[in-house]
Amino acid sequence: MTTAEILANDPGWLIAVKGLFVFVVCVLLTLMSVWGERRIVARMQMRLGPNRVGKFGLVQALADGVKLALKEDLIPAAADKIVFVIAPIISATTAFMAFAVIPLTGPVNLFGQATVMQLTDLPVGVLYVLAVASVGVYGIVLAGWSSGSTYPLLGGLRSSAQVISYEIAMGLSLVAVFIYSGSMSTSEIVAAQQDTWWYGLVLFPSFVIYAISMVGETNRAPFDLAEAEGELVGGFHTEYSSLKFALFFLAEYINIIAVSALATTLFLGGYHAIPGLGFTELWLGGWFTLIWFFLKVILFFFIFVWLRGTLPRLRYDQFMQFGWKVLIPASLIWILVVATLRVISQNGASRPATFAFAGVVVLIVMAISTGFDRSKQKRMNQTYPEASAPSFPVPSLPINSTTINVSERGGDRG
Amino acid sequence: MADNNDFNAVEPHLSKDMDITNVPVEKIGHTGPKGFFTQLQGFWVTFATMFKKVNTVQYPEVKEPTAERFHGRHQLNRHEDGLEKCIGCELCAWACPADAIYVEGADNTPDNQMSPGERYGKVYQINYLRCVFCGLCIEACPTRALTMTNEYELADSTRGKLIFEKDDLLGPLRAGMLAPPHPMYPDMTDTNYYNGDVKSSHPSQEQK
Ligand code: SF4
Ligand code: SF4
Repeated sequence: MTTAEILANDPGWLIAVKGLFVFVVCVLLTLMSVWGERRIVARMQMRLGPNRVGKFGLVQALADGVKLALKEDLIPAAADKIVFVIAPIISATTAFMAFAVIPLTGPVNLFGQATVMQLTDLPVGVLYVLAVASVGVYGIVLAGWSSGSTYPLLGGLRSSAQVISYEIAMGLSLVAVFIYSGSMSTSEIVAAQQDTWWYGLVLFPSFVIYAISMVGETNRAPFDLAEAEGELVGGFHTEYSSLKFALFFLAEYINIIAVSALATTLFLGGYHAIPGLGFTELWLGGWFTLIWFFLKVILFFFIFVWLRGTLPRLRYDQFMQFGWKVLIPASLIWILVVATLRVISQNGASRPATFAFAGVVVLIVMAISTGFDRSKQKRMNQTYPEASAPSFPVPSLPINSTTINVSERGGDRG
Repeated sequence: MADNNDFNAVEPHLSKDMDITNVPVEKIGHTGPKGFFTQLQGFWVTFATMFKKVNTVQYPEVKEPTAERFHGRHQLNRHEDGLEKCIGCELCAWACPADAIYVEGADNTPDNQMSPGERYGKVYQINYLRCVFCGLCIEACPTRALTMTNEYELADSTRGKLIFEKDDLLGPLRAGMLAPPHPMYPDMTDTNYYNGDVKSSHPSQEQK
């Protein structure tokens, strides 16, 4: 039975239970990941991080949440009141919605009912996730626009530009997955990865592009230009306080987990065990797959934190250049290659022919990159033309100081 | 330089090797981003740091001693017989860049001798909301009446409490000291006090 068929038999109460489960998991994960992020980043900076509230500071995030909820809720006089209130709600709800199509486990037994932990299985599940994520951006843009203040507006504008640019790259990186698995449904993509290797290996370039653009998509360091505490004092949520701010906070972390979960599903074999440990999937009546799933998600989350701890924020133009001039062309070329390979193998070409094609592509790529390196080297070796003497009178230089032995003194420059 | 008197001597690093107006770029040194793998080293730095010993001090439970000459709360010192050193000259107040000190001097009288000599500080306040702990007041004080301690726990909940009065700032009465006001040590002048000739109080200084 496919996942869709199993899910079709779900009674209404089971769907409600699953909805609740997804909600609780999301909120719990947010609390834990806020704590985890602060602890990990602290260690990377030789600090301890929060360790006061509860054992190891575990309930720090909860305490912060309660504190936020008890704070005064301000709405600036210049704000557009209705939009100002709606914006955080949009952000938070869409963040939760993405989880509906993520398969958390394989077939399990829940209260005597055979099912899988996945709220619903759409034939276009991945597109649904992308669509929901783009709607979530409205939350940020509207928040920035409705605050009636400069920094939030700049943050909102940056964020819209950012998401438009990186969503293209993200969508394109997924196309290769669709081509390879022949489906857009999350559960079928997971199943298809059981037949081959994980797509993270097979479609490695797609994986890399997705991994980069998911950081851009979630407004996280080093791509957190929309928030940019240093320059925009928090960006789109500068004017927010109390529960509304908490909603944005919640949305940000759920988004991180959601893109990590999607990456797990599409590239790391979803809820399946790592190759060689397949027998573990039978333990606990299939519930062990949940552990595999979250292990992979946590791995991604760690990478998010690692990036934040390591890289400084990009400049805006660098960020845009990277998105439009590197990521998008690279994914376009990669899709061409994947599509061609796919067609060749479907038309019954022999293995050597496929490999030959792949080899030719690799050679071409190498040739192009060598060409680039050469021209770069050439530019580096270029000499500056001799400066012509200025037409205005200048004081004469002290003797002998017109020459400097650069090869001796060059060490401390640049 | 071989010959310091010869203005035209060529400095060793200034030879005619290269014309500054025509320097190949690669000789100046590589600018711009480093190679991809060099950049990846940064990730290793943060990863390895996770397993290093942390620098955090668990502050309220663990209190590390400050540096020896840390600028903390001020203290108004006493002579060895208990008289105050402060003569109410206001030099500290004038030296203060943050205008944190307020001093009112008054005359010593035979029945109210607070410090050796003619004058003493009647009102002495330091506003710790203004003080920047620069220590200029300490340098200005002519009698070493004002010094700084290492105490740094100066937070409080109201503004009023952070204006320290003379009582808060005066050093403790140690063994051999008598609480002023009391007469000066017999046969000692304020110069003797200043030179540190008074080592302890004299029984005759006790009043009543
Ligand atoms: S330490 Fe500096 S700021 Fe503070 S009272 Fe003395 S002179 Fe003023
Ligand atoms: S503390 Fe020193 S400088 Fe300030 S009034 Fe007293 S004697 Fe003068």
